[in-house]
Amino acid sequence: MNRWVRRSGFYLGLSILCFWLAGPVIWQFITSLKSNAILTSLPPVLPDKIVFSHYTNVFTERPFARIILNSFIVASCTTIYCLAIGLLAGTSLSILKFKWRKTFLAIVLSVSMFPPIATVSPLYLIIRAIGLRDTYLALIFPYATFALPLSIWILTNFIAEIPSELYKAARIDGCSPMQALFKVIFPLAAPGVFTCAILVFIFAWNEFLYALTFTTTTNSRTIPVAIALFPGLHEVPWGEIAAASIIVTLPLVVLVFFAQKRIISGLTAGSIKG
Amino acid sequence: MEKRLGYWLIAPAAITILLVAIYPIISVYILSLTERLLSLGIDRFIWLQNYQKLLTDPRFWNAFTNTCIFTGVSVSLELLLGLAIALFINRPFSLRGIIRAAVLLPWAIPTVVSAKMWAWIFNTDLGILNYALQSFGIISSNLNWLGEPTLALGSAIIVDVWKTTPFAALLLLAGLQIIPDDLYKAASVDGASNWQKFWHITLPHLKPIMLIVLLFRTLDAFRIFDSIYILTGGGPANSTETLSIYAYKILFQTLDFGYGSTIAVSVFIFVVLISLIYIFVLRKQGSLLNE
Repeated sequence: MNRWVRRSGFYLGLSILCFWLAGPVIWQFITSLKSNAILTSLPPVLPDKIVFSHYTNVFTERPFARIILNSFIVASCTTIYCLAIGLLAGTSLSILKFKWRKTFLAIVLSVSMFPPIATVSPLYLIIRAIGLRDTYLALIFPYATFALPLSIWILTNFIAEIPSELYKAARIDGCSPMQALFKVIFPLAAPGVFTCAILVFIFAWNEFLYALTFTTTTNSRTIPVAIALFPGLHEVPWGEIAAASIIVTLPLVVLVFFAQKRIISGLTAGSIKG
Repeated sequence: MEKRLGYWLIAPAAITILLVAIYPIISVYILSLTERLLSLGIDRFIWLQNYQKLLTDPRFWNAFTNTCIFTGVSVSLELLLGLAIALFINRPFSLRGIIRAAVLLPWAIPTVVSAKMWAWIFNTDLGILNYALQSFGIISSNLNWLGEPTLALGSAIIVDVWKTTPFAALLLLAGLQIIPDDLYKAASVDGASNWQKFWHITLPHLKPIMLIVLLFRTLDAFRIFDSIYILTGGGPANSTETLSIYAYKILFQTLDFGYGSTIAVSVFIFVVLISLIYIFVLRKQGSLLNE
């Protein structure tokens, strides 16, 4: 009996936890399926008739397809750029025993703590001066301020676990340094690269302050900015905001569901080991 | 040969960091020493005048107080709730994978989207929160969660707690999982109660990771921008205006790059101070562990 009570208590707690975590998203989902007529009153809590017009509206009456494309290009390019140079730096630090390893890692760590508001005004002036405003590059390079330290940190820790004897053995067997890296080290680093890529992509996909400042039109505007600035003719278009929110949340839900172990290992890497 | 290669491989990362992080952070200090109004084309060096203005600017101190309250309250709540969640789900059960994914959900959602979700929940006339509270008879008339100076900062804290507690919970869960099981077994043999086990085994082992969670969360909360920009824009009557929001407004609405940069520099200085305090405490912890 006692065990039964404890067990049901546990599952009750679990339900409350899930309600707290998923509740706002579910409410947003319900909102996205309500017609405008029903949205202006409460109750009813649930719609009597499910409408998909908000979902079609964000694509037909707003340039949401282009916005998603912008976000996708910016997040992908940031990921590829930062992972490529982060992998090289991580290799240099862990395998080739770069001389100022500690100093460099200390700089990287402190850069990752920079508040974005502190760098936004100089970056704005540079971007304006070289005419990059409202282009993808105006986001990809500034995003390196948070994406690159993260990549270097995770990849350096990951590559440090690969025995450097493997590299030495490949060198003795007649590989050039580059061959040894490409044939032995990089393939072994692939899981770390993948973990890191998921995190960097999510962070770049969600970034707001730089995107708000450095973009001006649909040419380069990303999803968070578009949702923040969703214009309504007379009132706030809650239905369309809800639909857009669900559309951009869906891929993240899928990613979180299938890659949860990697995401958690990436988030805890470095912090557990200190 | 290896040494040379080492330099070549690190060069792209080093140059990028130099250009997008080191140069701007030096540059913002220089900007803070100028009077620079973009709309009027004024650009002149004024030494420390901006800092003099900053110290006597009531709006700056209001933003500073708001930022401190926001950071203190939300980070403590996140640590306590995160610890509770971590302890709660640190056991084998069948739905564990799904629960872990659910915990990650608020973390993965863009802050802007989560703020919009909550703005809709908090809506005075159409929000589900007021409707639910009225239905249960807890309030008699609708509350203006985001428009009332006494409520707005609290509402912003709730949104932040919802969004970032998962991060704390997952790090603490990882910390719990590396505590050796033998310790608990030995304590059970010695007849320790659950509370004693928590107090004498769990907490001391969790202390380093708790400090790291606190460091990450404090730095993140102190520069809060996204959710407040969406929820209230700093209003009503500047009651939710944080340092980042104030700096942003002076920079990009007033186009006063000199004074705006000065406020931004102040955020940077506070962040450095917070990091130094935590690093000092962590060092002390580390040396205690070594002894």
